[in-house]
Amino acid sequence: MAKVIGLTGDEAVAYAVKQCDVDVIAAYPITPQTVMVERLSDYVADGEIDAEFVPVESEHSALSVCVGASLTGARVFTATCSQGLALMHEILYIASALRCPIVMAIANRALSAPINIHCDHSDTLGSRDSGWIQIYTENVQEVYDSIIEAFRISEDKRVLLPTMVCLDGFILSHCMERVETLEDAEVKGFLLPKPEYPYPIDPERPMTYGPVALPDFYFEFKRQQEEAMKNARSVIREVNDAFAKLSGRKYDVIRADFIEDSDVVIMCMGSAVGTMRHAVRELRKEGLKVGLIKVRVYRPFPEEELRKALEDKKVVIAMDRACSPGAMGGPLYEDVCSLLYDAEPKPKVANVVYGLGGRDLTPSDAKGICKYALEILKTGIVKERIKFVGVRE
Amino acid sequence: MSKKPGWREIPIGTVLTEAGSSVKLKTGSWRAYRPIIDHTKCVRCLMCWLFCPDFSVKISEKEGKVERVDIDYDYCKGCGICAEVCPTKAIRMEPEVSG
Ligand code: SF4
Ligand code: SF4
Repeated sequence: MAKVIGLTGDEAVAYAVKQCDVDVIAAYPITPQTVMVERLSDYVADGEIDAEFVPVESEHSALSVCVGASLTGARVFTATCSQGLALMHEILYIASALRCPIVMAIANRALSAPINIHCDHSDTLGSRDSGWIQIYTENVQEVYDSIIEAFRISEDKRVLLPTMVCLDGFILSHCMERVETLEDAEVKGFLLPKPEYPYPIDPERPMTYGPVALPDFYFEFKRQQEEAMKNARSVIREVNDAFAKLSGRKYDVIRADFIEDSDVVIMCMGSAVGTMRHAVRELRKEGLKVGLIKVRVYRPFPEEELRKALEDKKVVIAMDRACSPGAMGGPLYEDVCSLLYDAEPKPKVANVVYGLGGRDLTPSDAKGICKYALEILKTGIVKERIKFVGVRE
Repeated sequence: MSKKPGWREIPIGTVLTEAGSSVKLKTGSWRAYRPIIDHTKCVRCLMCWLFCPDFSVKISEKEGKVERVDIDYDYCKGCGICAEVCPTKAIRMEPEVSG
């Protein structure tokens, strides 16, 4: 019987990683991810997990160690956020191109300047092209479950790509919730015996890793990564099904609530999904019909599922907890616009940018966004392409 | 030239499954200047061997002693470091003439 434990998001990550029986952890502490690293180093020091803990001097080194360890065929974990993720940036591309199935937890935090330790998604959304799978979680239970799923997805030989499991800094990383855990043996049985990396470093069989590949070969390796992302779509589906069988908790790449009878749909990622769901429920009591879609897996982008969910909608609001100054809108907005370009008839699409630097998205903000969507439905006009919710004028 | 393999045919993750394959990449073709050793001036001090960034100075030994120092033109990129460090000015750099 599964134990129910009170865990913060960070603790849930560490607990899940322990149960996944990783071989190597290399990480550098950074607020609000710090507790993950502290707990994991405790577990290693107390002999609760048989892993090598490498205390590195920077995030650049942390991920570099993970790449090396992963190429030996080991199960590898790291964690970071914000400036740490920015410092890892060049190694992110190396990890994915070398096909290292590393799992990394990110306690999403705004990027400097100004210095800020609170949540937004500018760190991970800025890394969206790095070839990593990205999962955005809504609550601590999902954080725990997603870490376990992530190892199973990344290490599959059809995928062999690294995965970021994103949890909103402080909002989830430091919030204690009731978490239904699995038994160690259940987690073990769910995961692969070890990563299915085909060329583990072996002194008896020397090979070259990460050589130069000039215009005559570079392109082919990038094409392989595109294929791996394509494969990840079906593997993620399989893993979600298998996880549902094991735990009774069914995840999907997206979650749609109340969309069947709604002409307007709000799209959102991370912990704000819970706030939006509350608002949507409240407005239903007033007879206002708004649907909600949570994008859980952002890379690979859930094209098929979203196209199906949005095909007959009239208004779509994409909410970004990140901004991209000078762009047409936030990252999710741009992806949704691309997705709907071929749609007939085309819904009106608008962007909401909210919550930067940890600014709260209040229930009344959330209701306001729903009403904004309904107003667009009524008038048929998107007055401002990007609406900044919660900023002082 | 034979057709290069497509993306499905090469190992994933940029791995070269055969070790030491860099031997096949003859970097000597990159050279614009060619180092030429004047063996009458060479005192076999091996400074050129020590400093060559491409391991392109070959040593011939006889009875445990350096008999002769030569350039491996298959790999020498013509950087000129050997000529710069040679204490007896035994190495001169001459422009490559394409044939
Ligand atoms: S540095 Fe000059 S003298 Fe010394 S071994 Fe080389 S060519 Fe000969
Ligand atoms: S020119 Fe440069 S590469 Fe060639 S032998 Fe001299 S030092 Fe080595």
